[in-house]
Amino acid sequence: MTAVATDTPADTQKSGRKLYVASVVLLCAWVIVPLYFLLINTLSSPETVNSFPKPFLPEFNFGSLAFFANFAGILTALKNSILVAGMTMIMSILIGAPAGYALSRFEFPGKGLFRMLILLTRAFPLPLLALPLAVMFIRVGLDDTVFGLALVHTTLAIPFAVLITFSLFSGIPLELEEAAWTLGCNRVTAFTKVVLPLILPGITASAIFAFVISWNEVFAAAVLTIENRTLTAFLLQNLDTSPMHLKFAGGFILVVPALIFIFAVRKYLFAMWGIANR
Amino acid sequence: MNARFLPYVLILPVTLFLCLFFLYPFVLVSQQAFSGENGFSLDNFRDVVTYWKFPISLKNTLLLAAAVVPVQLALALLMATMVNRMQKGRDMVLYIWTIPLGISDLAAGIIWLAIFEQSGFLNSMMSGLGIVDRPVNFLSYQHPGIVFLAIALAEIWRATAIMLVILVAGIGLIPKEYYEAAEVFGASPWKRFWRITLPMLRPSLQTALVLRVILAFEVFAVVAALGGTLFPVLMGETYAYQFDLLDSGAAAAMALIILAISIAFTLVILRALRVPKGAGV
Amino acid sequence: MAEIQIKNVAKRFGEYQALHDINLTIADQEFMVLLGASGCGKSTLLRIICGLETATEGEVWIGGRRVDHLPPRDRGIAMVFQNYAVFPHLTVFENIGFGLRMQKLPDDEVKRRVERTAGLMHIDQLLKRYSGELSGGQRQRVAVARALAMEPDVILMDEPLSNLDALLRLEMRAELKGVLAESNTTAIYVTHDQVEAMSLADRISVMHEGRIVQAASPVEVYRNPAERFVAGFIGNPPMNFLPANPAGDHKWNVAGQQFAGPDTGNGSLEFAIRPEDIRIDEAGLPVTAKIVEPLGAHLLVTCEVEGSMFRAVLDSDLSVKAGDTLKLAPQEDRIRWFDPQTTRAVA
Repeated sequence: MTAVATDTPADTQKSGRKLYVASVVLLCAWVIVPLYFLLINTLSSPETVNSFPKPFLPEFNFGSLAFFANFAGILTALKNSILVAGMTMIMSILIGAPAGYALSRFEFPGKGLFRMLILLTRAFPLPLLALPLAVMFIRVGLDDTVFGLALVHTTLAIPFAVLITFSLFSGIPLELEEAAWTLGCNRVTAFTKVVLPLILPGITASAIFAFVISWNEVFAAAVLTIENRTLTAFLLQNLDTSPMHLKFAGGFILVVPALIFIFAVRKYLFAMWGIANR
Repeated sequence: MNARFLPYVLILPVTLFLCLFFLYPFVLVSQQAFSGENGFSLDNFRDVVTYWKFPISLKNTLLLAAAVVPVQLALALLMATMVNRMQKGRDMVLYIWTIPLGISDLAAGIIWLAIFEQSGFLNSMMSGLGIVDRPVNFLSYQHPGIVFLAIALAEIWRATAIMLVILVAGIGLIPKEYYEAAEVFGASPWKRFWRITLPMLRPSLQTALVLRVILAFEVFAVVAALGGTLFPVLMGETYAYQFDLLDSGAAAAMALIILAISIAFTLVILRALRVPKGAGV
Repeated sequence: MAEIQIKNVAKRFGEYQALHDINLTIADQEFMVLLGASGCGKSTLLRIICGLETATEGEVWIGGRRVDHLPPRDRGIAMVFQNYAVFPHLTVFENIGFGLRMQKLPDDEVKRRVERTAGLMHIDQLLKRYSGELSGGQRQRVAVARALAMEPDVILMDEPLSNLDALLRLEMRAELKGVLAESNTTAIYVTHDQVEAMSLADRISVMHEGRIVQAASPVEVYRNPAERFVAGFIGNPPMNFLPANPAGDHKWNVAGQQFAGPDTGNGSLEFAIRPEDIRIDEAGLPVTAKIVEPLGAHLLVTCEVEGSMFRAVLDSDLSVKAGDTLKLAPQEDRIRWFDPQTTRAVA
């Protein structure tokens, strides 16, 4: 691409190739380097975190993490985050997967309308709905509870759960189910003996996706919880007042599960979105 | 069970759930926004819009979206085409590029705070290179441009991945024969990108842009972590109405305004990138 | 003992009528092939017999029992699917034994039957493998073995060989015929491949636009097509057609020649003859060869007679080039006649 006119085609190709590799490496660095900086800060003592200039290598001091662990309320917040995300994961799959199955296997009047409803929720800024829900939850006694927040996060995760399981079920040929029916299965046993074993890895991936959606959600969590803060809500609330090393350690704890989860679902990410686009 | 009713039984839980936690609160928020001391009124909207911070936060939100989304789109397209022709290390590179997908906006804000704060890595680097004598407080009211830049960078860093995933999935759906046919007819790689990839990618571009633009209007935690009150945005103002000012009517009105902007932009994108009937892949 | 009766079965998908009033009886242990082009309704009919599809009207009886309200599992049938439908998460053994396990048969009985049918299909070496480790032909064998292991009254097959390559298809076809003849089951086999149909069937039902146009033995379908459609569909190449005008006294004028035919009194008829029933004869019709295709066993010559395509299958020893003039004569006892209005055969 940058080749001069006198270059042979081979040279042009070579320099093009170099440029290509360099851009790939650069873009990888663009993602990784900021994460590396966070890692340095997390693995440094609080004194180092607040000092200047910064070292560019971590000193493997667990002072900041220890401070984080001992900070009042933060472990409860961590526990709440895990609880909410776990509930969201279970509820969104249990509620969403049957609909995904229905979309992939049946033609029925109202199907278009139903798909519209699902797409609509995806197109709306959902966290905004946390405001009226806060009022509603007070009325029914769900305010400031882990379960109440999980319900809202499930609403966030459900469109994804439906569309992802829809694409997963569509990947299982109907013929397999029909074969099971002719071999003595009814609808339920055909599902549990044939479809479920085949779909399980994909279901796990979409469950993890739901977990991450909940784990990362800030706005609704901050609006709906007061005493029972999740980690994101806790960090947000204390942004102005908490010391730097607490922010960085907190940020790090937020990032770690995300890294693991994305790694776990990486095979499914693209397949999930392929059909969800339609 | 009768096969005619089965699909309805299967979609019932989602429908009920969304009615209860999506449609119903949506009605509630509209009600609250449009109600004043005596019945229907636009007071909430008038109060919100005439507040001195409103034009600033509206301008900031739109400006941020205008700066961030095109860069993300270009970057995601570039990355997707690069990955598409990659033979070795494709999985590894894709994993690295999609890492930010799992990272929350709050965490992203904190990560970029580590770079831009006064004793942060940018200052450390600059003083190491002798560009500055002492650390500069970038994230202060003296440097509004840098605050904006930091927020924009954090947003680009965090949310390009979702577009990338959608586009990579979309490119994967384009049959290879089209490229081979175009190559046989003598189209250069650049031409192939413009004449085949982009037009056939329209449904994916639609999804990616709609999702991204809506999320751009909801930008909140990144701004809170990096700019604090220096850079008011719509979502942050909504949060402030609810908690600092305890005015939920105004918060509801703000929510509806954000919603209206999102819908307007969604319609524009859907219209601009619509696929003619029968022209799909 | 399983005779299958299909009584007045019709199927509509919304506005589209896929099947019109189908009546068909398949005798116990008969091998019936449903033959037709894609979209003719043959698969729909099979799926209605199987229970995967419900008929809009009509009844299905298997072994003297009305089954059209029963789910597939209660009909005493087994099915072999076009894409084999071998469960990817189970071994070959568990695939073949799947239906037996659903019947809760004891382990040793499952093992005995799986091993027997696997032996029958020559896949006893593969019992521990998964579907991903099998070739297309092997998967096909698993699918057949799985159906046979059920020891069903009726075995249904939906284009089971269409995904195999040509040589393998030939091999499987012969094997399938042998295995099914021994198993004493009634079989219904759907295909669009007429050679497959001819070679396997006791009886062929030729289907066209949602109707069965002829149900008869392969030879009968080939020699005496009941409808012009059958004549034009069966045989490769299919029958030649020429318009025929009455010349009185059971005689018909065809392309300037006279042939004895039926006496219909008035109107015109269509003259039909198979390309392989044409020979070279000095007294025959002079034609110009337009295309000559040597096919090894014989020579396929295409000419034009009165504006329509006319093909003849000739001895491959003849030296014919495009442009040569030939004199062709039909074998008189093989001539068939069709009524152009009703499209039915006229005797």
